[in-house]
Amino acid sequence: MKPATEPDSPARSKVQMILRVNGESHDVAFVPHKTLLEVLREDMRLTGTKHGCELGECGTCTILVDGVPRLSCLMLGLESDGHDIRTIEGMAGACGAHPLQTAFAELGAAQCGYCTPGFLLAAEAVLARDPTPSRATLVEELGGNLCRCTGYLKIYEAIELAAARMQKGTPDA
Amino acid sequence: MRNSDEPLSPERQGLRDQLAEGYQMIGKSPIKVDAMAKVTGQTMFADDLSMPRMLHCKILRSHVAYARILSIDTSAAEALPGVIAVLTGAAMPIPFGILPVSQDEHALCLDRVRFVGDPVVAVAAVDEETAFEAIQRIHVEYEKLEPVFDPTTAIENKQEPLHDYGDDGNVHKRVSMEFGEVEEAFAAADLVLEDTMFFEGNTHLPMEQHASLAWREADGRLTIQSSTQTPHYLHKAMSKVLEMPPSRVRVIACPNGGGFGGKSDPFNHEIVVAKLALMTNRPVKIALTREEVFYCHRGRHPVLMHVKTGFRKDGSMTGMHFQSLLDGGGYGSYGVASTYYTGALQTVTYKVPAYRFDGVRCFTNKPPCGPKRGHGTPQPRFALEVQLDKAAVALGLDPADLRLRTLHPAGGITANWLQVGSMGLGPCIEKVVEASGWKDKWGKLPAGKGVGLACSSYISGAGLPIYWNAMPHSGVTVQLDRGGGVAVFCGETDIGQGSDTVLAMVVAEVLGVDLADIRLTVADTHTTPVDLGSYSSRVTVMMGHAAFQAAERAREVVARSVAKRLEVPAVRLRFAENRVFDVQDPENGMPFPKAVQVAEAEHGTIAMAGSYTPPASPGKYRGAGVGPSPAYSYSAAVVQVDVDLETGVVAVEKIWVAHDVGQSINEMLVIGQVEGGVYMGLGEALMEEMSYRSNRFGVHKIPSMLEYKSPTTHEMPPVETFLIESPDPNGPFGAKEVGQGPLLPMMPAVANAVFDAVGVRVDEVPVTPDKVLKAMQAKDKRYGPKSFPDLRITETMRVKTLEQGGDGTAPRPPRAEKQEVKSS
Amino acid sequence: MMRLPPFRYHAPRTAAEVATLLAGEGPEAMIVAGGTDLYPNMKRRHQMPKTLISLRHVDELRGVQMNGAVRLGANETLRALEWHGALKERLPALWTAVQSISTPLLRNMGTIGGNICLDTRCNYYNQNWEWRRAIDFCMKCEGTVCWTAPSSSICWAVNSSDSVPVFIALGATFTLVSHEGERTIPALAMFGEDGIEYLTKRKDEVLTHIDIPDQGTARSVYRKVRRRGAFDFPVAAVAARVALDGDRVADSTLVLNAVGPKPVVCEEAMAYLAGKPLSDEVVTEAARLAGRGAKPLDNTDHLSMWRKKVVQVETRRALEALRP
Ligand SMILES: Cc1cc2nc3c(=O)[nH]c(=O)nc-3n(C[C@H](O)[C@H](O)[C@H](O)COP(=O)(O)OP(=O)(O)OC[C@H]3O[C@@H](n4cnc5c(N)ncnc54)[C@H](O)[C@@H]3O)c2cc1C
Ligand code: SF4
Ligand code: FES
Ligand code: FES
Repeated sequence: MKPATEPDSPARSKVQMILRVNGESHDVAFVPHKTLLEVLREDMRLTGTKHGCELGECGTCTILVDGVPRLSCLMLGLESDGHDIRTIEGMAGACGAHPLQTAFAELGAAQCGYCTPGFLLAAEAVLARDPTPSRATLVEELGGNLCRCTGYLKIYEAIELAAARMQKGTPDA
Repeated sequence: MRNSDEPLSPERQGLRDQLAEGYQMIGKSPIKVDAMAKVTGQTMFADDLSMPRMLHCKILRSHVAYARILSIDTSAAEALPGVIAVLTGAAMPIPFGILPVSQDEHALCLDRVRFVGDPVVAVAAVDEETAFEAIQRIHVEYEKLEPVFDPTTAIENKQEPLHDYGDDGNVHKRVSMEFGEVEEAFAAADLVLEDTMFFEGNTHLPMEQHASLAWREADGRLTIQSSTQTPHYLHKAMSKVLEMPPSRVRVIACPNGGGFGGKSDPFNHEIVVAKLALMTNRPVKIALTREEVFYCHRGRHPVLMHVKTGFRKDGSMTGMHFQSLLDGGGYGSYGVASTYYTGALQTVTYKVPAYRFDGVRCFTNKPPCGPKRGHGTPQPRFALEVQLDKAAVALGLDPADLRLRTLHPAGGITANWLQVGSMGLGPCIEKVVEASGWKDKWGKLPAGKGVGLACSSYISGAGLPIYWNAMPHSGVTVQLDRGGGVAVFCGETDIGQGSDTVLAMVVAEVLGVDLADIRLTVADTHTTPVDLGSYSSRVTVMMGHAAFQAAERAREVVARSVAKRLEVPAVRLRFAENRVFDVQDPENGMPFPKAVQVAEAEHGTIAMAGSYTPPASPGKYRGAGVGPSPAYSYSAAVVQVDVDLETGVVAVEKIWVAHDVGQSINEMLVIGQVEGGVYMGLGEALMEEMSYRSNRFGVHKIPSMLEYKSPTTHEMPPVETFLIESPDPNGPFGAKEVGQGPLLPMMPAVANAVFDAVGVRVDEVPVTPDKVLKAMQAKDKRYGPKSFPDLRITETMRVKTLEQGGDGTAPRPPRAEKQEVKSS
Repeated sequence: MMRLPPFRYHAPRTAAEVATLLAGEGPEAMIVAGGTDLYPNMKRRHQMPKTLISLRHVDELRGVQMNGAVRLGANETLRALEWHGALKERLPALWTAVQSISTPLLRNMGTIGGNICLDTRCNYYNQNWEWRRAIDFCMKCEGTVCWTAPSSSICWAVNSSDSVPVFIALGATFTLVSHEGERTIPALAMFGEDGIEYLTKRKDEVLTHIDIPDQGTARSVYRKVRRRGAFDFPVAAVAARVALDGDRVADSTLVLNAVGPKPVVCEEAMAYLAGKPLSDEVVTEAARLAGRGAKPLDNTDHLSMWRKKVVQVETRRALEALRP
């Protein structure tokens, strides 16, 4: 077998870092080869970020880095240094759920809900760029998020509903 | 409602009257009770759980397809710092399996490994990395045996059999039964078609990878939280293998991040973490990798089929002989049931007066197959619906008309003794034909474009439980509290289909309370009454009945007291909008919490149970247990495709689907299930397949999300969904299933549409571009299997149909002897 | 959970520092840009660098400069290129290629330099360590035999980059920097003959930028074949560039990719096209000639026979799209 680094190798000693997650600074220590996905879930207990492959092949682990959706399974915890990380836990504010969350719930866009955090964050980024996305835009921009339950249709409808409400400035029904 | 043989009290009559006046909840689309938790990331799936002192487990799996285990050396793993326990199969010699007839799995292999991926040794360590490193230090010495990878070879029995049980050698199960006189039926036909078709295996691919966390409670009991669809069956298997009384084993099913049948077997990794937790006295978690999920599998069986059907000129069938050969993989799983299912439901859509079914399931050295959405029925449905399309062309009929003419009558009994209840296939076909513009499109679109039609039916719950018992299939307890809250307990498991919401809605309908006032405790063998699990599309019907009964009983108690207090006849009481009141004088009433208090003062604590057992089926022959259901759902779909004439690439442009659901409990969830089923069916139709490298020891060729092709947003066409609601007398509020049925028409509809587009038959699923191209270049304009092996049937059970004056039993003597009598 | 093996990690600020670090760390060090190719490979244990040198702070490797020619910083994200309106207009073939890479999420992370230096792919190779152990490994990593072509002495892992054939077609050059200095090579010269030695770039070199000459009146297209509209690597791809003189081909480049370890420049077809109009007959013949160079084997998605057929169809379609 390929030699793994021995357990006492210096590459295995933890680094201490301040991570900006959901608007708060967290002092976290983790080994340098941990992905942000692992740091969030295992070291910060933010288990809202899910995983389905850990190889960039499903989109389930999507988070926002400075507002841009990225795959937390293919980025190191180290690499989030100096960036603003947003996870599903930070999507709802003190005054309630994000319009996308409400619309997803109302229209049944979350069946098992496992892909949902990734879709919501990806959708949030889409709306930030294009507040009234066409179906074609949604197909393209959500092409990196797999869902085995919904067939995507309710997800599109929910994003469109949220977009319309956000345009009108009414957060929910 | 059926299933209640108690006489109708005035209180109950009041509920009937209220329901007859209209539903408050049923058929509407309130937000799912667990939706906000899911959209805010609060839902805890199994891998989201952790506990202090928790250990992490990794399993070393076989890297050979078939071998005897000669020795296992775990010393290097044990020596690794951070490794707390190493476990081998010797510690768990008791076999298990989902079906009582196939107890052929071990939590870790004992003496033989049967496929690449079979579990051999488990390690518990302080973290997952250490456990991973540890398993790589384990040395297993194997003596390789000759593997077999396909059932046409396996049936010949030249290899050492995988198991020492089964019908013979590597034939796990062989069945043959005939209802009516099939040969006579063929003789009476104007057209007899014979087709050989193949349906490749595919898998569930839930987005969530299986995970489990087990620990020993301070009092010695064992608890496991797991991504399972069937906590009850897991409970039984754990208690058996670990030799602990069920009362001391607690199984909690976490919300499943998708299941589709892939989490309905008790799994080796679940038993392994439990054993490790007992050994180490620490919580132990396992989270499978995606590759391991492919090894769990239990997905769609690859099935080679031969179907021979006699048709009259008008398209009606005279009889059918269906043969299927299933590639079972390494273990039994649900396979015996799957085998029967490949022959069970051909008869419930169209009238098949005489019917014969022969089925064989073989063991092969691949991950075990089992139940995937549609369990055993999509494969024969594909063969049947494609053959009907061929028959229509041969007879010069429109495929929609042909089907409409031969529909099985509602309320009738099929040749194989299935009791059909409500039957809305006709309206389903009419709907999709009209909406799609079928009459202007079929046979009339330009080259490359085409439409295809196909239909299906599915059970709303299996009529019999997996292990023989006379107890209810689902139980629900409803407990009312003084604050107006309603606590509902049920063993059902929400796998995303929304069964929690259905449970709450049924109770809310009966008690007239808000969904927000209902608290659910589900899927916990310690606290909830048994529900057999989220499989066979049984939950809405069975749990729905049980919930109705429990809520009705609670309502009855409350109504009795309130009637006294308000001095109105109980039959006039209505429960709505969190109030109980007189229907003739709505002002005269009280808030629901007050009503509970009045009743509790009179009767004491109010906690009522309800349960449900499906009605007995008319079929009494051996094998009649697979197929019966309280009700059958029906679906029809039209698929429109665009086929690239040069590359064979099939793009699906639009789908129209109609589903007879009896009555929607939650319409939004029903449509969600239809769309999800359509999606999954399209994946099967076009691209999903399990494939193995027989050149390299039978490894799974593509065990990843990238290589196993699940359709993305780009492949999903617009879908127009129509619901046909004709309440079924056996369903709660008339409801039937929707979780599986709508998937089934997709594969044949795509194949039929490809024929309409380019005039070739792809008699094989998936319909991939290379097959379309090959068919276009073939002389017979067909791509598909050319031959079907001899299933070596020696004895066929013969059952008289109802028309023949049969009584649902198989009279002795069996056919072999009968033939002797004839010839003598 | 698939996890990364341990490594040391550096994130220098300049290309020169990168070069110095690479020289100092030796062949066990690797550059990481977006990590979208390297991290999965490391998780599957087929690339196991002891040291990672990240480009994420090397600002000089970013940016798009356009005058007549175009210069792309190697570490620019695919998404930045996709959203660069002027680039899309000027080099639509490149835009098509970039925009077809995997998924929007991945393009937010992956870089153009990483795409050029992408490891070759094979479905006997892009698997977990345990899986590869089950097949006795293969020549590309830890084993001795090529399971795709057991009698072969070379590895047939496929160059699966979308941008590479376009860069070759457009006549781009790549600039590589090491502690010894800088060199600029034509795009095609970057690629080795074999799936193992797939780059001629030395381990101590960093790709700093890509230069694409002024295309004049030449037009280009890129066509990619894959199973799904997202995620999937090409299983056959063609980049075509044609400069017309009236209705006749003055000059052309046809490049196939994802049909072998190295991008294929279709010299024969290009010679045939010279001076001819893009009639049905001509494009069909050119596509046939081009298709001869494709040697797809059974180590990607889709059947190799099908890919071989389809690459011709797509080549013809590419040429048709370039008609005046
Ligand atoms: C699911 C999935 C789907 C994909 N689909 C596609 C696809 O359809 N088409 C496609 O082309 N690619 C695809 N990719 C591959 C890859 O993500 C992209 O090619 C991406 O552009 C790689 O860039 P990166 O910056 O992430 O590279 P990295 O992973 O950071 O690096 C890749 C390689 O290039 C080297 N490298 C990177 N930058 C430099 C530099 N400046 N100088 C020298 N060496 C360097 C690294 O050492 C490494 O060997 C896919 C990947 C995944 C995981
Ligand atoms: S082409 Fe051959 S040597 Fe190369 S990766 Fe594939 S199997 Fe291995
Ligand atoms: S977990 Fe699948 S893409 Fe990150
Ligand atoms: S809702 Fe289950 S995977 Fe998307």
